[in-house]
Amino acid sequence: MKEKTQVTDIDRSLYDFRYEEDESDFLEGGITPSIIEEISKEKNDPEWMREFRLNSLEIYNKTPMVNWGASIDGLDVDNIVTYIRPKTRMNKDWDSVPDNIKETFERLGIPQAERESLAGVGAQYDSELVYHNVREEVAKSGVVYTDLESAMHDPKYAELIRSHFMKLVPPTDHKFAALHGAVWSGGSFVYVPEGVKLDIPLQSYFRLNAKGAGQFEHTLIILEKNSYLHFIEGCSAPKYYEAGLHAGCVELYVAEGASLRYSTIENWSKNMYNLNTKRAIVEEGGKIEWVSGSFGSHVSYLYPMSILNGRGASAEFTGITFAGEGQDLDTGAKIVHNAPDTSSYMNTKSISKSGGKSTFRSAVVVNKNAVGSKSSVNCESLMLDRISRSDTVPVIDVKTDKCDVGHEAKIGRISDEAIFYLTSRGLSEEEARAMIVRGFADNVSKELPLEYAVEMNNLIGLEMHGSVG
Amino acid sequence: MSDILKIENLTVAAEETELLHGVDLAVGEGETHVLMGQNGAGKSTLGSTIMGSPEYKVTGGKIIFDGEDITEESADKRAKRGIFLSFQNPVEIPGITLSEFLRNAAEQQTGKRVKLWDHKKKLAAAMEVLGMDSSYADRDLNVGFSGGEKKKAEILQLLILKPRFAILDETDSGLDVDAVKTVSKGIEEYRKSVGGTLLVITHNAKILEELSVDATHILVNGRIAKEGDGKLAADVLENGFEKYVGEEN
Repeated sequence: MKEKTQVTDIDRSLYDFRYEEDESDFLEGGITPSIIEEISKEKNDPEWMREFRLNSLEIYNKTPMVNWGASIDGLDVDNIVTYIRPKTRMNKDWDSVPDNIKETFERLGIPQAERESLAGVGAQYDSELVYHNVREEVAKSGVVYTDLESAMHDPKYAELIRSHFMKLVPPTDHKFAALHGAVWSGGSFVYVPEGVKLDIPLQSYFRLNAKGAGQFEHTLIILEKNSYLHFIEGCSAPKYYEAGLHAGCVELYVAEGASLRYSTIENWSKNMYNLNTKRAIVEEGGKIEWVSGSFGSHVSYLYPMSILNGRGASAEFTGITFAGEGQDLDTGAKIVHNAPDTSSYMNTKSISKSGGKSTFRSAVVVNKNAVGSKSSVNCESLMLDRISRSDTVPVIDVKTDKCDVGHEAKIGRISDEAIFYLTSRGLSEEEARAMIVRGFADNVSKELPLEYAVEMNNLIGLEMHGSVG
Repeated sequence: MSDILKIENLTVAAEETELLHGVDLAVGEGETHVLMGQNGAGKSTLGSTIMGSPEYKVTGGKIIFDGEDITEESADKRAKRGIFLSFQNPVEIPGITLSEFLRNAAEQQTGKRVKLWDHKKKLAAAMEVLGMDSSYADRDLNVGFSGGEKKKAEILQLLILKPRFAILDETDSGLDVDAVKTVSKGIEEYRKSVGGTLLVITHNAKILEELSVDATHILVNGRIAKEGDGKLAADVLENGFEKYVGEEN
C-alpha cells in the first residue's frame, strides 16, 4: 500500500529575492504628526492633502484595532516604517530605471508583459512610482493614466481628485483606512472620458522591497459615462523576517452606462499582513467586474465592495483564494443593492492545504429601494488534506421582499476515488492532485487575462509541487 | 503463449474485511478472458486490485505482470506498464476537458510530448468509431455525461491510450442494445489495432457474442470456483451460477 504523506511547504523562493536597501532612506519607525508633516512635505502635498493626512492620523489614533476575522496580533504598526523613497524618480522608459530595480522587475516578467499587450505600466517600487509609461494611443484617446501625486498638482485634475479622494472609503471606515489616509504614498490615477472604450488593459504592478516597510498605495479610477476600462493590478513581494503590512486603497467610480473590469493577482510573501480596502460605486446601467486571486500573505482581509447606486447597475465578482501552511486568508466580497433592478453575481473558489485556513466572507445587502434586484452567490471550497480549514460566512441582509437572492456553498475534499481514477491513467498522485486543483480553479482562471491565467496555473503547480511524498 | 498476468493466492481486504480469499488467475498475452460471478462475489475488487486501487489492501499473495511482481506498485506505475481499467463508475473531474485529460495521460504514459494536432486527429477518429459527438472532447471529463456516455468515454480512453492489458469492469452494464453494440465495436477496434489482452467482467450475453472468448473464470465468494473456455460463459448465461455456487459450498 502506498501511504499518503502530508503536503509540504510552498516553494516560494522564486519570489523571495530582494536587494539591500539604503538605511539612510528610512524615516523614524513610529507614526507621529511630525512624520506625517515630513511625508507631506516630501511629497509636496497641496495644503488640503496635508490637512487630510493629519486629520486621518487623528482618526487612526482614536479608532480601535479590528477584532474580528483572522488574527493580526503579530502586527506592530508602530514599528513599521511606512515610507521609503526609492533611488529614482519616475521613469518613462525602461533604460533609465536603475539596474537592481530593473532586475527585480525583469524577474517578475514586467517588460515582457508590457511588450505583449499592455497599454501602460505604472510599476511601484517601494513607495514611489519609478516607472510609468503610457502608450501614445492611450494618451491620444484622452485616457489619463498617471500617478496620483503628479495628478494632484495638475490643474486639470486637482479638483477631480480632491472631490473623489477617500470619499468612497473615508478614513473613518476602519483603522487601516485611517492609517492609509495619513501615510498613503504612490498608486495610480486613471481617468476615462465619456464614451471612450479602451480595448487594451492598463496594468500596474506593486511590489514591496524593504524590510518592515508598509505599502499604502492608492488607486483612484474614474470612468465617465458609457466608457470602458480593464485595469490589472498585480502584487508580489519578497519574503522578510519582520511582519510586513499592506494597507492599500482602491476607489472606483463607474458612471452611467460605463463598465470597469478590475483584475488582481495578489502574491505577497508569507509574512505579509494584507489589509486592503477596495470599493466601487456604480451608477445607472453601469457595471463593475472584479476578478481577484489571493495566493500570498500571512493574513489577508480582502472584501472588495460594490455599491450599485443606479437603476440596472450590476456587479460581478470572481475570486480565488489559495491558503497554504501558516496562511489565514479571509477574503470575499460585499455588494450593496441601492437602486431598483440592480443585479449581482458572486462566484468564488477557495483552496486550503497544509494547515492553511481560508475563510469566505460575503455580504449582500438589498436596500428597501432596490426593488426587482437579483443576487446570486456561489462559493466552493476545496481542502487538500485533513489539517486544513475552510469556513464560509455569508451574510444576507434583505430589506425588500421584491427581490431574488440566492446563495449556494459547497465544501469538499479531493476524493481518493478521483485520485485513483486519474492515477490509473498514468498520472502520478501529485499530478492528479494538481490537475484536480487546476480544474477546480478553471472557471476563475478563464476570467483572468492570459498572462495572469498562465501565472496562476504556474502558481498552482508551484504550490502543489512536492505536495505528495 | 506466455502469461501477461499471473495472480497467485491473492488475498485482499478492505477496512479489515477480507474480500478475496486466495485467488489464482493466469491470462495469456493477446487472449480474451471473461470474469463472471454473482453480485458481491469480488469481481470488481479483483479488477481494482489488479489496477492498484488504494481502497483495497493486498494481505497475501502476488500479482505478476510481464514476469515482474507489481503487488506493491502504485496505480500510475501500473498504468505506465500498460494496465488499464475501464471503471464501472467513472469519476467526474470538473474543469478538465476530456481532450486535455487524454492528451495529458498519453504524455504521462509515453513520457513524450503529444502534438495537439495529432492528438485531435486521433481523438476525432476514435470518437467516430464510438459514434460520440465531437463536442464531448471539449466537455469536462465525465461531468454531466449520461451512464452510456461515461462508458463510451472509457472505451475512448482505451482506444487512445492503447494499453497492453485492459480490464473492462461491467462496461456494458446499464446500456441499451445499440450502446452495447457500439461499445463492442470499440473493443473490437482495440483488439484489431492494438492486439491487447482483455479481462472482461460482464453479465451480458450480447457482448460475449461479439467477443471471441478464450477463457472463463467464475468467482464465487472471493475464490475462483470454476474455469473453462468460452463455452462456460455461455453456459452460465443460460443456466445461471447456481451449480457453481453449489460446487464451492
